[in-house]
Amino acid sequence: MSSFWLALQHVMVIRMRNFLCCIGVFLLLWMNTSLQAALDIEIFGGGTNKIPIAIAPFNGERGLPQNISSIVSDDLKRTGLFKLVDTLGLTSEEPEQIRYIDWQGRGASVLVVGSTLLLSDGRIDIRFRLMDVVKQTQLAGFSSTVTTEQLRTFAHRIADIVYETLTGELGAFSTRIAFVRKQGSRYALQVSDYDGFNARPLIEYTEPIISPAWSPDGGRIAYTSFEKKKPVVYVQTLATRERKAVANFKGSNSAPAWSPDGSKLAVVLTLHGGSQIYLVNTDGSGLQRVSQSPGIDTEPSFSPDGKWLMFTSDRGGSPQIYRMPVSGGAAERMTFEGDYNVSPHYSPDGKRFVYIHRNAGRFSVAVQDLSTRQMQLLTDSNFDESPSFSPNNRMILYTTEISGRGILSIVSSDGQARSRLSQEAGDIREAAWGPLLKQR
Amino acid sequence: MRKIFAVLVICLLSACASDNAQQTSDVEDHSYSSREGEGTRGGTGSDGFGMNPLQDPGNILSRRSVYFDFDSYTVKSEYRDLVLAHAAYLRDNTNAQVLLQGNTDERGSREYNLALGQRRANSVRDILLLSGARDQQVEAVSLGEEKPRTLGDDESSWAENRRTDILYQGEY
Repeated sequence: MSSFWLALQHVMVIRMRNFLCCIGVFLLLWMNTSLQAALDIEIFGGGTNKIPIAIAPFNGERGLPQNISSIVSDDLKRTGLFKLVDTLGLTSEEPEQIRYIDWQGRGASVLVVGSTLLLSDGRIDIRFRLMDVVKQTQLAGFSSTVTTEQLRTFAHRIADIVYETLTGELGAFSTRIAFVRKQGSRYALQVSDYDGFNARPLIEYTEPIISPAWSPDGGRIAYTSFEKKKPVVYVQTLATRERKAVANFKGSNSAPAWSPDGSKLAVVLTLHGGSQIYLVNTDGSGLQRVSQSPGIDTEPSFSPDGKWLMFTSDRGGSPQIYRMPVSGGAAERMTFEGDYNVSPHYSPDGKRFVYIHRNAGRFSVAVQDLSTRQMQLLTDSNFDESPSFSPNNRMILYTTEISGRGILSIVSSDGQARSRLSQEAGDIREAAWGPLLKQR
Repeated sequence: MRKIFAVLVICLLSACASDNAQQTSDVEDHSYSSREGEGTRGGTGSDGFGMNPLQDPGNILSRRSVYFDFDSYTVKSEYRDLVLAHAAYLRDNTNAQVLLQGNTDERGSREYNLALGQRRANSVRDILLLSGARDQQVEAVSLGEEKPRTLGDDESSWAENRRTDILYQGEY
């Protein structure tokens, strides 16, 4: 140790300060990467059809509690559409100083640069630019002054702008999700950012909660609670926390799904014996039976045009996915591979549906294209549950089990990128992706 | 082994029941008094010591769990006497009400398992209704896989969770 200091004495004081600062930064970075490692993102398939993008570290971001460029990188990676170019040794520069040749050499076709500046009032000035490396022009840019609490939100906003500029589709990085966390004997219905950060409990119980479902406007969540020693469907308003039992009939009440106009809920009741699908107004009035089968009909999901209900039924002997007109009538079987297909959810564009497929004892996420009727397996996990699409159809949120504990996961809807969101302690289940909010 | 376990569970259950006895006495007294004078008809009446037959460990009515085979919703013959005894009790005590909670051990969709648990509750309800209980006395619901009694990853734990519990008003 003393020789270390002796060696350092040969260096000018100012250099030493720089050196220590570097060690500090290195440690910070190292801690940061070890934290990031928990959020591992696996990328599959070649990079040929992916957009090669470089996200340069933002100037000044090392001193911030949130690393802007890593949040933007993780967001883009999760869509499966981007190949993140190695930025090691390169930094963010002002447009006129950008050495495009370096970025071209790294294989980037687009580049994100940015800077952060801590203001005297504690807020942070952030600016970023999206540059075309080949044409050497600016594609998008934005700047704002935010508090440290708003840093993640702003980073997601940057990712949205980059995503929207490069793909022409809406970004979904600023949306929210809901999920249930079981910790000991306590159950909490949590609402968080799409990546699991900033989770807050909407309601907490000592009895289970399942099947959260977002209203189309994102203002309310319907769910099934067991607090009355039987399943009852509640609707709760996020802003006021006010809640109301909308289906509390004799027997079990569960599996709420919102109609696209937000006026009705499809629910599963056992009023006439087995589990059947009914419609009910969101104030609990106007009960109407939809499915009429001697078996189990459950897990309804409305088509985005409001005309169809996709659901799980065992009418054919094993649980399979069917669809029927909301007005009632004949059901059409949708899944034929395997003897266990459950938990269907339409994609927001109505072209596909996601579900859980069991194969050789493993429960994995699968999607089916409604035009080709082809199934594609997206995961190879053991116990995947409750899949739902992002509002821009690009990603799928689900829960999976690792070492006996449920965790949040996202898979891109082409299966090319898979990531675990391990932010939450406890056992995570019953995830649901919220809608795009109109505020933008 | 399983029998020993079942006995243990029943003991625990009855322990729970007696814990609750204070707060539930109103309801129980009510149904009890309505049954008075009907003697031991159906073999489900008083044990001769004025003890609530629902909580008397010596009475079949204190047994409240009906177990099922894997992937099955049929009440096995070994539980027939138990379910029939409860049916007779409900028939003779028109103010008594039961909540039947079906449970599953299965993996997979929680909502689908809720529907499977409902079947187990409905099987018990159907026998109760066919054997003298009135519809308004019986509510069949499901807890699916949400309230496992045991958490183990072995057959004896799973078997323990494939069941319907019979709970009288005031016991839940």
